[in-house]
Amino acid sequence: MSILLEEIQKPELLDLEKRPKANALEHEAIYIIREVAAQFEKPVLLFSGGKDSITLVRLAQKAFWPAKIPFPLMHIDTGHNFPETIEFRDKLVEELGVELIVRNVQDSIDQGKVVEETGKYASRNMLQTTTLLDAIEEFKFDACIGGARRDEEKARAKERIFSVRDDFGQWDEKNQRPELFDMLNGEIEMGQNVRVFPISNWTELDVWSYIEKENIEIPSIYFAHKRNTFLRDGLIWSAEDEVVFRADDEVVEERMVRFRTVGDMSCTAAVASYADTIEKVVAEIRESKISERGARIDDKRSEAAMEKRKQQGYF
Amino acid sequence: MEVLKIATAGSVDDGKSTLIGRLLYDTKSLTDDKLEAIERTSKQKGYDYLDFSLATDGLVAEREQGITIDVAHIYFSTPNKSYIIADTPGHVEYTRNMVTGASTSQAAIILIDARKGVIEQTNRHFFINNLLRVKEVIVAVNKMDLVEYSEEKYNAIKADFEQLMSKRDYADQKITFVPISALKGDNVVKKSNNTPWYGGETILEHLESLDLAAVSNVGTPRFPVQYVVRPKTEEFHDFRGFAGKVYGGELNVGDEVVVLPSMTRSRIKNIYFYDQEYETAPRRSSVTITLEDEVNVSRGDMLVKAGDLPTIDKQLTATVSWMDSDNLVTGGKYLVQHGVNKVLAKVEAIEHKINPDYSGIEENVSTLQMNDIAKVRLKLNKPIFYDRFKDHRTNGSFIIIDSRTNTTAGVGFIN
Repeated sequence: MSILLEEIQKPELLDLEKRPKANALEHEAIYIIREVAAQFEKPVLLFSGGKDSITLVRLAQKAFWPAKIPFPLMHIDTGHNFPETIEFRDKLVEELGVELIVRNVQDSIDQGKVVEETGKYASRNMLQTTTLLDAIEEFKFDACIGGARRDEEKARAKERIFSVRDDFGQWDEKNQRPELFDMLNGEIEMGQNVRVFPISNWTELDVWSYIEKENIEIPSIYFAHKRNTFLRDGLIWSAEDEVVFRADDEVVEERMVRFRTVGDMSCTAAVASYADTIEKVVAEIRESKISERGARIDDKRSEAAMEKRKQQGYF
Repeated sequence: MEVLKIATAGSVDDGKSTLIGRLLYDTKSLTDDKLEAIERTSKQKGYDYLDFSLATDGLVAEREQGITIDVAHIYFSTPNKSYIIADTPGHVEYTRNMVTGASTSQAAIILIDARKGVIEQTNRHFFINNLLRVKEVIVAVNKMDLVEYSEEKYNAIKADFEQLMSKRDYADQKITFVPISALKGDNVVKKSNNTPWYGGETILEHLESLDLAAVSNVGTPRFPVQYVVRPKTEEFHDFRGFAGKVYGGELNVGDEVVVLPSMTRSRIKNIYFYDQEYETAPRRSSVTITLEDEVNVSRGDMLVKAGDLPTIDKQLTATVSWMDSDNLVTGGKYLVQHGVNKVLAKVEAIEHKINPDYSGIEENVSTLQMNDIAKVRLKLNKPIFYDRFKDHRTNGSFIIIDSRTNTTAGVGFIN
């Protein structure tokens, strides 16, 4: 893919003169999203309320304007979301006039399909996979658009734009289809589905710069705010939400923090920050010495944590 | 900011991952947590240097075997440019990954181990980059530290490589030689004191100096229609927009266009990008176009400028690179995807196989195995609108899909 990178000027977006300025990454993503709508019968956009999926929604709006986005959004709700994210989600969906599907990890737990993890590092991140696969089957989705990026993690760096999953949602990393030029092969068998990653080639900074340029609204937890927190393993954890396990000897202190990702609260640490506007956030990311997933404890479980989760059907 | 995509090619142990790690390290693109992980793992393995390959080898099998299996994408930037490296494995059996990486790149780095010199693999790497018409090639003679930074060694390797260059088909390709040690950091980002005899640029200096407009392949404008936008709302009741990406050149409001295959003529009425109207749709922009007249257009149709028609034909001859473990067979039927258009195809004949080491051709071939490259004649069930690959990289290429497995089994470059 990303041949379009030939003429590229990166985050420079619309030059409001006479021609759309080639932000190659944006035009590439729109091309991919249109291919999904054209090649698949039942696509869905996986929406977490995080900045990457919010960016995807804006790209999808652009791809089909003046028509509405021709597929629903789906949120796999861990029940461990930051409340700000849910509020934000509901408002956005109303504005867009698209269908929102919510499926809950709690239901999968109640049905006995998955068992809640316990202990200090307990998280529902892994459990999402079962709920997601069940929902794909329930709605017979043949393509799921996600906001994963190759720069996030080493196993993700090997991911295709159109990534085929079998009936069990599994990723066969050694047997992936080659992707040549701009051509995306969406041919699949019944029961298979394709995970599509339109912003594969974006970096974290690209996403933030885009949000700034496009003036896209994002949940407030991405900006610096005062929060009761405690320290563990050198990371800052929220002490305001009961789903985050805290031992008695872990001392609560108020700090200025913001979140760089908004995954499952129980495995998402905050970073110390005074960046309370989008301009400051972009400047901070530019200077940052820690990678985005550095604050995600789910990746620290082992060197191959992400690859393992992906093989099992994780998004 | 500009983005340059680079494909890397080298044999096992030529130090490709180390080179990429070095580029990341010396451009300060590795974040502290990633660097710590590299330090930790290098120490565990008992190395007395930083094993940068750990930054790129992402799959468990790769780390176990210490090799790269699959194309990985690595991102770094300088104040001047953003770079995407497609790290493609160099094993004989993974030619397909190299073709894949080169298909989206404007530049390539071919690595040569200074102790081994030009080997069969080098021929193959160069052949593929030349076949895919990658404009800029850097030949990095690596591990110079292990040959005492010998100028004679370097010159001998350069001379051997120049022998290959005389056989290439795409003669406009620009080739630059650099003596490096990825492990020690010589001439990758920083100029080395160990090679006082070398007056040229470092790899990064060269990449930084490339002008993107000059390394792009420009042809004539082609607009394959991806999707027809019909809002069916009160405000846009009669709106019929043709969504797609512009390839090869630009399109302007008022341009007289021909719709293929119907050959209907019309003019471009509006060019939209999101909710804004524009006069011009530049090359590689994903826009929505409306026409002056009510014309029947659907996905797979193509808008081209009047007087600038591509070839419209059911027959074609192409150089095919086969990528699947199931062989391509003469008489076999496949799905051909040309841009967004899918047609059925029958392999009429394999004219000859091309040895991708510049050692000539092989005739009387009836099947192609994975990694084979051959001139193939195809018959399609309906016409497509194509250009020759040498004139149009996008509209001159297609993929071959095996309809039994749905896998992308090969790629063709139209002759």
